[in-house]
Amino acid sequence: MPVSSAGLTAKTVAVYAKDLRVELRNRYATSIVLMFAITTLAMISFSVGQASLGPRLLAALFWIVVFFSAMAGLSAVFVREEESGTALALRLKTDPTAVYLGKLLFNLTLLSLVTAVVTPLFFVLTDATADHIGAFVVILVLGVIGLCAATTLIGAIIAKAAVKGALFSVLSFPILITLLLMLVAASARVLDGQSFGAIFVELQGLFAYSVVMITASLLLFRFVWRE
Amino acid sequence: MIWQWVFFLAMAAMIVVSFLTVAPQQQIGESSRIFYYHIPQAWLAIVAFATSMVYSICYLRRRDAGLDDRAAIANALGLLFAILATVTGAIFAKVTWGTYWNWDPRQTSIFVLLLIYGAYFSLRGAVNGEERRAAMSAVYSIFAFPPAVFLMFVFPRLTPSLHPSDTVLDKNLKFSMTTDVASILFGSLILFTVLYIWMFKLAARVYALERARREVD
Repeated sequence: MPVSSAGLTAKTVAVYAKDLRVELRNRYATSIVLMFAITTLAMISFSVGQASLGPRLLAALFWIVVFFSAMAGLSAVFVREEESGTALALRLKTDPTAVYLGKLLFNLTLLSLVTAVVTPLFFVLTDATADHIGAFVVILVLGVIGLCAATTLIGAIIAKAAVKGALFSVLSFPILITLLLMLVAASARVLDGQSFGAIFVELQGLFAYSVVMITASLLLFRFVWRE
Repeated sequence: MIWQWVFFLAMAAMIVVSFLTVAPQQQIGESSRIFYYHIPQAWLAIVAFATSMVYSICYLRRRDAGLDDRAAIANALGLLFAILATVTGAIFAKVTWGTYWNWDPRQTSIFVLLLIYGAYFSLRGAVNGEERRAAMSAVYSIFAFPPAVFLMFVFPRLTPSLHPSDTVLDKNLKFSMTTDVASILFGSLILFTVLYIWMFKLAARVYALERARREVD
């Protein structure tokens, strides 16, 4: 159904605000994701000890922490709707595109919060250094957008499945490998002291990935949502 | 029935000829014959995954259970051919590079393809209700296709690889094979494609019969 862009924005913001309010009531997703991230980080730091790691390994470990934190919590926004039985009401009340965009914004907020906590801790706990903080932040932003772009639709799919837990990572991991390979390659170079010039190809790739996955999600979401 | 016999004889002839002619690549020698089988398998995996995506789109438009069956069959056959391509590739890698597996870009990308389409069947097993299962797996199949295309066609060309694409295509993307080698390879490609179509049609008939029987019960 055609929706005016002003109406769509208002509806998206409404869905987003509703999800934020629900989350602030019990902080379920936030606490799970943060605890998961901090536990993984502590385990890595604890087991690595004083050993000095190369930039490649540091980059891989960092994105493993972010990936598993995302896997722990990003499906909650849809699973919650199905389990509390509110999905039907939301389906009647507003159109699918607004639901998708609202949930995407919510996941972006959640994962941004997690990376904002994890990244400083990671730099403190390991001996990682980035001379060009700006380049690292750009990779982080694109990485968070890419992770949410791919996993929000998967979250909607698994909310409809009978078994939810492990299925989310089983479905997401192969789709995210492309993204993770680019993220690790780019972050390794920045942790090695290089700047924007060295990671330009990866940045283009990361941007293209997010655009493709969000477009595909917008096209496909209504088929998942109306089922 | 007649064309099955023609197909059988042609396939047998192709197999015999592929072992009796001169090896396609002189430096690698006898083991290079595996490429008559490895290339059609990789090609059919791609064809099957693409077919499945087309059937998935058709399913979402028309909601016909037969289209969902066909999408699932295409993915199952794609997975089968991808496994065969992985195995023949690993054997070839052992002979020429010294190890079965070394995370060459081609091996990485086919491994991820196996994960994607393995996950497709985990999803099918996890969703209850026929229509819901069909819609969810169709959406996943379409959604996974862009990353799969990237892994199949873009990623292996971005990273240095030991995969011998040069025996088929030279730097200017022109074919650099002798006529004998080319005719056996194309014969093999056509015959394996016919085999794929035959398997696909048989499976589609079995699914349709099972569906009809369930409706009778």
